Amino acid sequence: MIVAEPEAAPTAASGVVGVGTRSATLRAVYMIWYRDVLKYWRDRVRLIASLAQPLLFLLVFGLGLSSSLRGAGGGFGGTGGSGSLNYVQFVFPGVVAMAVLFTAIFSAMSIVWDREFGFLKEILVAPVDRSAVAVGKALGGATQAMLQGCVMLVFAPLVGVHLTLLSVVELVPLLFVLAFALSSLGVAVASRMRSMQGFQVVMNFMLLPIFFLSGALFPLSGLPGWMTVLTRLDPVAYGVAPLRHAVLGGAGVPAAVAARVGDVSLFGRTVPTPLEVVMLLLFGVAALAVAIRGFRIPD
Amino acid sequence: MTLSASVPGERGSMTGPAPEPATSVIGVRGLVKRYGPVEAVRGIDLDVHRGEVFGFLGPNGAGKSTTISILCTLLRASSGTAHVAGFDVQRDPAAVRARIGLVFQDPSLDDQLTARENLEFHALIYNVPRAVRRQRINEVLEMVGLGDRASSLVRTFSGGMKRRLEIARGILHDPRILFLDEPTQGLDPQTRSRIWEHLQELRRRLGVTIFMTTHYMDEAEYCDRIAIIDHGRIVAQGTSDQLKQMVGGDVVSVITADDVRAMAEIERALDVSPVLQDGSLRMEVADGAAFVPRLIGAVSAPVRSVTVRRPSLDDVFLKLTGRAIRDEDADPLQAMRAMGARWAGRRR
Ligand SMILES: Nc1ncnc2c1ncn2[C@@H]1O[C@H](COP(=O)(O)OP(=O)(O)OP(=O)(O)O)[C@@H](O)[C@H]1O
Ligand SMILES: [Mg+2]
Repeated sequence: MIVAEPEAAPTAASGVVGVGTRSATLRAVYMIWYRDVLKYWRDRVRLIASLAQPLLFLLVFGLGLSSSLRGAGGGFGGTGGSGSLNYVQFVFPGVVAMAVLFTAIFSAMSIVWDREFGFLKEILVAPVDRSAVAVGKALGGATQAMLQGCVMLVFAPLVGVHLTLLSVVELVPLLFVLAFALSSLGVAVASRMRSMQGFQVVMNFMLLPIFFLSGALFPLSGLPGWMTVLTRLDPVAYGVAPLRHAVLGGAGVPAAVAARVGDVSLFGRTVPTPLEVVMLLLFGVAALAVAIRGFRIPD
Repeated sequence: MTLSASVPGERGSMTGPAPEPATSVIGVRGLVKRYGPVEAVRGIDLDVHRGEVFGFLGPNGAGKSTTISILCTLLRASSGTAHVAGFDVQRDPAAVRARIGLVFQDPSLDDQLTARENLEFHALIYNVPRAVRRQRINEVLEMVGLGDRASSLVRTFSGGMKRRLEIARGILHDPRILFLDEPTQGLDPQTRSRIWEHLQELRRRLGVTIFMTTHYMDEAEYCDRIAIIDHGRIVAQGTSDQLKQMVGGDVVSVITADDVRAMAEIERALDVSPVLQDGSLRMEVADGAAFVPRLIGAVSAPVRSVTVRRPSLDDVFLKLTGRAIRDEDADPLQAMRAMGARWAGRRR
């Protein structure tokens, strides 16, 4: 004989209400986000270590390359004289984007870790929608990556990049949008992976091309045709351009110069910053949808 | 909400009068689970009553974890039905999840967080109200004897402490049914009995129904009722006494100087069929005390020792399957190899 009547749902007093509802799922999103941020904050060693690579790039490409370019005669970007652009100013937003990219992708790696070491199961058996895992992780990774980008801004004066308060106010939301898009991408990949090795292989394969084709290190104009196509398919390109716009604007680089080295054009037109932001957001949402599907697949 | 005693079914006030005590809270019919060519669960039926401790016993790879995963809505059955707390696990997984707690076979704590943080996160997703959260967390920590380690990182805990913390987490949201997959695996005897005390107390104070798997036969003594599963089939179900009656009478073991000769002599003179196991002859007889003098008379080789004991569940398992349930404390690597071999064997 099977079961006379359902057990009463535990009441609010006994602990569980609103199970499987949207509010329960939202709480789970919050919990997953909070856990990520707490661990990021607690793990200072990782926080500092993950700054090492962008700083190295900044020193080598920025200071090193920039002085050798100057030695070879002429600034960067064509115009000499006051208000001209040096390579450090150009590459700085690219390196900030790099910090965001790497942090976002590697924070997604924790999903594979959690799956392997069980904590994810605890969430997957809870009475919440599985989409909570994808959304919580994407937001958690985005927060970490954005904070990492903000920390990079602190180094601007040290390498001689002048930031105004206004440009910082502009940069922070842009960093978040880029961080969200990339973190969602990372979660989408991680949601299909069952092993750390698998994730690392896929990411090693993707990460550097995404970075190199994003315009972080060189302007995206005047490239060979095939390369131009690839750069336009790189989501990070639409994050680097607005960051560069804000940085160069704050540094007092003439708008025409900044536009020539920094802007991305599509079908012969310059893509304006608001459109770039919208494209990144759409990309992030699409990646998130893929991630949510990934978690709905039963093990 | 406190952990004060509550009559099982008291919470039934929302759906009317308290249900009858013998209502089954878990009902399984014809459950089958296939992993590709491997049939892990081959059509099992189970009934677990409200408020009892139900033991699910079986050797490695018998299908225990698979069954638990289906009951906890983590895995879809290939066929058959299962009801938990009144809800179909396939059709109403959210309702089932809200009423159960689960302690996984494999560790599932975040060891970079403290014990309290692990519990706080759990309380958050299960919406234990903020007002009682702290008190409730303290209570479950006290209950498993970890009150003084609440702020330590889980990384610094011993295996037994982690297990107890997982049990605390499993009951934090006050589930009506607690599933435990091998809660005592790999722990030393003191820790095992300590965990058992906690579980007994849970059942006594809160009326929680406990469904647990183990392959320690001696632990089944703590269970109200037991099902023995082997190769995906239930081979026996009942109370420990009922199962032991299947063996009938007492188990007598004798060690002699010449076991082979003794075996033949016993078979001829006493009409029982002993089995040679671990260097002693083992037989089941109706009345052990009366049998021993006859045994000694029948054997011509010097007798080194004779023991008479009540049958254990190991004897039951041996009788039902023709095998011992496990090699005593086989190391995990060996267990894995055995599992792999079995896997390969079935695929062929
Ligand atoms: N994901 C899977 N894919 C394929 N086969 C599986 C999978 N999970 C379990 N099995 C097989 O199903 C059978 C039952 O496994 P299960 O984990 O349920 O056993 P168990 O009784 O819990 O064993 P143990 O005591 O070792 O935990 C085994 O033969 C195992 O190899
Ligand atoms: Mg198991």
